[in-house]
Amino acid sequence: MGRYILKRLLMMIPVLLSVVLLIFILQFITPGDPAKLQLGTDATNEEIENWHEKYGLNDPFAVQFTRYVWGIVSRGDFGNSWRNGQPITQEIISRWPTTFLLAILTTLVSVISGTLLGIYAALHRGSLGDAIARVIGILGISLPNFWFALMMILLFAVRLQWLPVSGFYGPLYWILPAGTLGVLGASSQMRITRSAMLDNINADFVRTARAKGQEERVITYHHILRNALIPILTNVGSRFAQNLTGTMILEQIFAIPGIGTLMVLAINKRDYPQLRASVILVAATVSVVNLLIDIAYAAADPRVKATFKSSSGNFLKFKKRAG
Amino acid sequence: MKQKETAVYTTKKRSMMQESMHRLVKNKTAMAGLIVLLIVITLCALAGFICPEGYDKQDIMNKFISPCAEYPLGTDNLGRSMLARVLYGGRYSLFIGLAATIVAAGIGIIMGSVAAFYGGLVDNLIMRFLDAFNAIPDLLLAIAISSVMGGGVLNAILAIGISSVPAYARTARGPILAVKEQEFVEAARALDARDRRIIFRHILPNVLSPIIVHVSTGISGGIITAAALSFLGLGVQAPTPEWGALLSASRQYIREYPYLVTVPGVCIAMVVLAMNLFGDGLRDALDPKLKY
Repeated sequence: MGRYILKRLLMMIPVLLSVVLLIFILQFITPGDPAKLQLGTDATNEEIENWHEKYGLNDPFAVQFTRYVWGIVSRGDFGNSWRNGQPITQEIISRWPTTFLLAILTTLVSVISGTLLGIYAALHRGSLGDAIARVIGILGISLPNFWFALMMILLFAVRLQWLPVSGFYGPLYWILPAGTLGVLGASSQMRITRSAMLDNINADFVRTARAKGQEERVITYHHILRNALIPILTNVGSRFAQNLTGTMILEQIFAIPGIGTLMVLAINKRDYPQLRASVILVAATVSVVNLLIDIAYAAADPRVKATFKSSSGNFLKFKKRAG
Repeated sequence: MKQKETAVYTTKKRSMMQESMHRLVKNKTAMAGLIVLLIVITLCALAGFICPEGYDKQDIMNKFISPCAEYPLGTDNLGRSMLARVLYGGRYSLFIGLAATIVAAGIGIIMGSVAAFYGGLVDNLIMRFLDAFNAIPDLLLAIAISSVMGGGVLNAILAIGISSVPAYARTARGPILAVKEQEFVEAARALDARDRRIIFRHILPNVLSPIIVHVSTGISGGIITAAALSFLGLGVQAPTPEWGALLSASRQYIREYPYLVTVPGVCIAMVVLAMNLFGDGLRDALDPKLKY
């Protein structure tokens, strides 16, 4: 198990390096001189030259890239913002907890409500409740989250005035953003849970359990759900990734001072180092969360644990088959 | 005589595709989705007839008119008819969704099939390269690409298309790995067929089902992503009336004139819902093993 985690952590390094390279190339081939964008059209050649020198843009690509990666690895330094010349790391660290908290809350709402609804729908397949759950399931993936958030603001904050319109000053302000995004995310969780439950609901071991007179509740949670856990857990990972980006967009609507508002500010000011740092941070977080979920498989499924004991390569194959 | 003919017809073995189409046509929700979709496409195509004045005609004396007989969906802050803007905007939204999906599916399927077909080092290189893409959530990648490429319809299509390439590559790769070991591929190879012919003529037609399903949901995803990009001020820019851009432009008037925000949002939701219903039906029809 320890060896597997180590191997996965090592595998993350080339992936994250490629992410940095990808984002770096993307900005390197962008037409236009960033100095002109930052300093304005009436900047003198000397000013532009100084600006290039200050941000190290005169160096060749390989040098810039190596320096950037080394800065992150050795000092956690993402460079300075083009917008205001301030260190990016500080600004990101001060805003990161807000976005992360919201993304976690949202994922909790999605996963808990979606899984419960999915279990219910699978157990009552064909009933009215199942039909309603399926409508929710398809509505949730069809509504654009930013529009749904606006509608919820209109209803709960403007019309009913139960909740604050925007801002981020305490738990009361968390309800609308986490609720709207969480409810939408619940739909995909519900769909996955329902189909994974249905895959197992007619299995032989379920009939055996029933034949020996096992309680229905135990059959549902210990026999069916336990066997359906791998696709459900996999979806938790993609839920988190999507909720993290979703949160970044909703921050615009709810005026929440997180990474998302910072990113949009950076985009509008063409502050590429800032944008770059946000993307890398999100990619790293998503990778870590996916690793945690892979580890959770072992806790959920003894078959996975067994493959850990033989070799970690088998586990990846197992996961591909099951997920 | 006639009876005999029908009897012959019904006992005739139908092909897989015919079976699937039959299941699809009998699926009521999928057909409802298809009908809504066709209506929307027709309306958007006929925008020039329904609103001959175009989407940009301003009428400052008549701004912020709530929906009425003359302006069925009201007017915006410059007195432009929302009906016209929504209809013309639908053309952009639908086109971007479709075009981005074509870009993504085209590149993704080629990458996925090459990776699966040749295996080994090629497979490893392509899939590791796509892993890097995959580590960045799709929407964020689209935002990053679009922010460096700038606005405009074409750039939006490319940004959305490129960001969803890895998913298509994966969809194509998995089933191809299974199919490429089968006898008919070996037979084609024994006949000295070129690799390209084997991939496109023999392998791809056999793995079309998951790809078709993916494409049908990909278009609706593309429309939502395009709307999200415009909403953030990326992608399609004003005065182009793409639905997300309409939402973004009317957002500041949400308290006083909520219909300005409701109308484009309902359009997106309706089209995407219809596509997803159809896509779900398509999946059930093409893959009867799945018990959804």
